[in-house]
Amino acid sequence: MSDTTPSAEMLADMYALAVRARKLDERCWILHRQGKIGFHISGMGHEAAQVAVTFAMRRGHDLLHPYYRDLAMVLGCGMPMADVLLGSFGRAGDPSSGGRQMPNHYCYKPGNVFSVSSPVGTQLPQAAGLALAEQLRGGDRVVVTCIGEGSTSEGDFHEALIWAGVRKLPMVVVVENNEYAISVPMKLQMAIERVSDRAGGYGVRGVSVDGLDLLASYQAAREAVDLARSGGGTTLLEVRVARLTPHSSDDNDSVYRPAAEKAALKLKDPLPKLRAQLIAMGALSEVAAREIEERALSEVDAAHRQAEAAPYPPEAWALGPVFAGEEA
Amino acid sequence: MADKTLIEGIREALDEEMARDERVIVIGTDIGVRGGVFLATQGLYAKYGPNRILDAPLAESSIVGVGIGAAMNGLRPVCEIQFADFIHPAYNQIANEAARMFYRTGGQYPVPMVIRAPYGGGVGGGLYHSQSIEATFAHVPGLKVVIPATPADAKGLLKTAIRDNNPTLFLEPKKGYRMIRGPIPEDQGCVPFGEARVSRPGRDLTVLAYGMMHFYALQAAESAAKEGLDVEVVDLRTLNPLDSAGVLASVRRTGKALIAYEDNKFVGYGAELAAQIAEDAFTALDAPLLRVAAPDAPAAPYSHPLQDAFLPGPRAILDGIRTLARY
Ligand SMILES: Cc1ncc(C[n+]2csc(CCOP(=O)(O)OP(=O)(O)O)c2C)c(N)n1
Ligand SMILES: [Mg+2]
Repeated sequence: MSDTTPSAEMLADMYALAVRARKLDERCWILHRQGKIGFHISGMGHEAAQVAVTFAMRRGHDLLHPYYRDLAMVLGCGMPMADVLLGSFGRAGDPSSGGRQMPNHYCYKPGNVFSVSSPVGTQLPQAAGLALAEQLRGGDRVVVTCIGEGSTSEGDFHEALIWAGVRKLPMVVVVENNEYAISVPMKLQMAIERVSDRAGGYGVRGVSVDGLDLLASYQAAREAVDLARSGGGTTLLEVRVARLTPHSSDDNDSVYRPAAEKAALKLKDPLPKLRAQLIAMGALSEVAAREIEERALSEVDAAHRQAEAAPYPPEAWALGPVFAGEEA
Repeated sequence: MADKTLIEGIREALDEEMARDERVIVIGTDIGVRGGVFLATQGLYAKYGPNRILDAPLAESSIVGVGIGAAMNGLRPVCEIQFADFIHPAYNQIANEAARMFYRTGGQYPVPMVIRAPYGGGVGGGLYHSQSIEATFAHVPGLKVVIPATPADAKGLLKTAIRDNNPTLFLEPKKGYRMIRGPIPEDQGCVPFGEARVSRPGRDLTVLAYGMMHFYALQAAESAAKEGLDVEVVDLRTLNPLDSAGVLASVRRTGKALIAYEDNKFVGYGAELAAQIAEDAFTALDAPLLRVAAPDAPAAPYSHPLQDAFLPGPRAILDGIRTLARY
């Protein structure tokens, strides 16, 4: 394997992305509590894995068909914080959908980010189609698509992986395994220990990695992306992460998540661990880390101000455009 | 000009569009070496090869879902669902994804794809090789729904569908694949969507139909002519967009409308036609609207007497014409 150890500079950039995602995420929860936005679904606890996968991609070149938790990934693919918040506030400038979709249903065409849907798993066959077109047209772009472990029970997941195996598609399927699908625990979702165990059944490569460990995740993601780009086909990459929050702003997880488990979640938070690790490695100084954190916070503040002041969409946007060719 | 069959019209459209535009690919099961179970793609695999004619795994949701992805990444897929009866697992990808993608991205991601499916009964196919599914899909905003009734239209409408930047469900009356014959002009081009066709002008009443029922409507109109009734037949061609103006104009001319469709009567496509006529041409009506459609049982049964009892055909349409004529 080629040397895929990230440089100190890259590690700092990775930390910065994780922090930006976290600070923005935290702001969204506050905005929801304040009644200013109608909904939020969080990526907290998934950031290390998401940053790792994002940095393994050629960002802006490769294609991303994400799911609703992938805040760090879409930021990493160039989506400005303000654009995310315009969606949360339902404002006209929302580049995902112009205020049509619920928050966190990201779409960012300039970064090759495809539109997140609500029915879980539908992005999988579509990602296979993106990869198929890439393969047929002789392109070198890799398709990365993401899904929660619970959603791997959907038929679309299996159908897509069959295509991936049969056609050796240039794709990485990232399963962000946080062990819950809303309240349903993983053991009621599958009778196996690791989602990646399924890979053999489709004839794709399967890898599981500790998604709370950014460096390990980056190594695994980088191998998967490089393999896909070099014609080696699809990897089913399971990142074992933690859902640090309730499922969404509409969920009360105390009903189904034992108090002790919730209390222990803090220990799983990948960010403090990453911070300490990077400082210990010398990739980051305490001062540099603090600077990154402060910069992220002022970026959030500015984005928040901008989005909240932005105009709502005109009523006509409720009606269309429905068909291509009838745009105003 | 020698007559051709409806399936030949389909095949010619695919062939010519694939030759014209290398972005056009076909995805489906048994469409490769086999040439499709109805031979719609016969010869195309040999001509265009495995990178243009792709045999898919037997997984309908992904046939459509993969098509959506390919369409969003520069290709123009024509996805074949082997029988319309098996499209239901793909409903989510069609209605929730393909049809909504343009709207939900504020116009950033069009989905230029066609989903072809043979539909309809009369071939001894029983419950699961006979279904008419158009009403379910015509109800979905963002999806065009097209049903050709002649070989020339099969070719011209399919060409239009392939060049359209929207997802189009292209339903082919499979009983008519070889039964419906007619000329296809050498230079047959695109037939525009949203333009119904008066296939038989008449003064006494209008029969609105599409697909196989249009074929039967022409037969019924011939029989009615022998009884001195001058029946106008309108072929809708496209269910979405619907040529409402064309439909209403015909009904205003004749003052009577018989709506013929092979689907179950209840909440079928004909109910929409009836509603539009009642809303917009009420004062022109000299008789109540009449729908001739299938009963509200699941689908055409296999056994011949049962199938015949279930499916509306020329006899049922002629009976309806007589009823309306008496007003
Ligand atoms: C087809 C479908 N069924 C149900 C839902 C409601 N729903 C939204 S997220 C979710 C759980 C998904 O869990 P998982 O795939 O593990 O992802 P996670 O949220 O844990 O990241 C459910 C049931 C949905 N959005 N789509
Ligand atoms: Mg989960």
